Amino acid sequence: MSNENQTDSFSVAGRTFTSRLLVGTGKYKDMTETRAAIDASGAEIVTIAVRRTNIGQNQDEPNILETLPPSEYTYLPNTAGCFDAKTAIRTCRLARELLDGHNLVKLEVLGDQQTLFPDVVQTIEAAEVLIKEGFEVMVYTNDDPIMAKRLEELGCAAVMPLAAPIGSGLGVRNRLNIRTIVENAKVPILVDAGVGTASDAAVAMELGCDGVLMNTAIAAAQNPLLMASAMKKGIQAGREAYLAGRMPAKRFASASSPTDGLFF
Amino acid sequence: MQIYLNGLEKQIPDALDMAGLIEMLELTDQRIAVEVNEELVPRTTFSGHAIQEQDRIEIIHAVGGG
Repeated sequence: MSNENQTDSFSVAGRTFTSRLLVGTGKYKDMTETRAAIDASGAEIVTIAVRRTNIGQNQDEPNILETLPPSEYTYLPNTAGCFDAKTAIRTCRLARELLDGHNLVKLEVLGDQQTLFPDVVQTIEAAEVLIKEGFEVMVYTNDDPIMAKRLEELGCAAVMPLAAPIGSGLGVRNRLNIRTIVENAKVPILVDAGVGTASDAAVAMELGCDGVLMNTAIAAAQNPLLMASAMKKGIQAGREAYLAGRMPAKRFASASSPTDGLFF
Repeated sequence: MQIYLNGLEKQIPDALDMAGLIEMLELTDQRIAVEVNEELVPRTTFSGHAIQEQDRIEIIHAVGGG
């Protein structure tokens, strides 16, 4: 255990990483801030989105793939904004073509605009097709142990239950479910979405999650770079606490100093 | 002929292939991916991929996202 930090790597889809913090690249004020915050977070896996290219305008604006080059980061293209299986599948195919055959994707199929909760039925439909087509699917889902297991059995490379609604910053709303999902799983479980601050990330890791994926918690902080650094430490602290095995919680006090040898 | 390019109507010369369209749009050296009528068109097939009247062409690129 003394060398835990050196050997405690995280693997997904046959790739191994040191950092258990995965970050999104949206909502930053510019590419400079994006790069600086992601560097401060220590993240090695970064999510990106695919959108219509600007035709005839802003051709020279900095590109996310140049700001975060593939030699330094592993891309996780997402299907954000997809509300049905079909558009999510199309998005993944485009992303794979865009990234020269890179087959790791974050699948999210959303249910409605207000909650951005996943539509798990559509998610399962998309996952089946994508896995058949050779994609390594890291899948966003609800904090439902039954559906998490189903997605694992389908062949998803990682299952990523939400902590709380995307962009809400509410933290892990259902710790017991996350714990159950982790205990049942044979693939990596990452909390994705809903983390607000470093202690939320630590909680997810203390519950035994393999990692945490976040975007808004860093990008929407008053000081994104400082929050990125805090998140890095929160993830590390939570992971170490999980590995250390916490003491049981008790209702009443237990003195820390010896009662033997009291001189009064 | 008329096509729909990223959701907008656009007139392009007849007998243009995908490589020609990409060049016309000055996107040749950009990192992009293309689909026509909801089907992916691999970039290895741009040259020789005939564009049809009323094709719905989407040209996408990577952006920041969470």
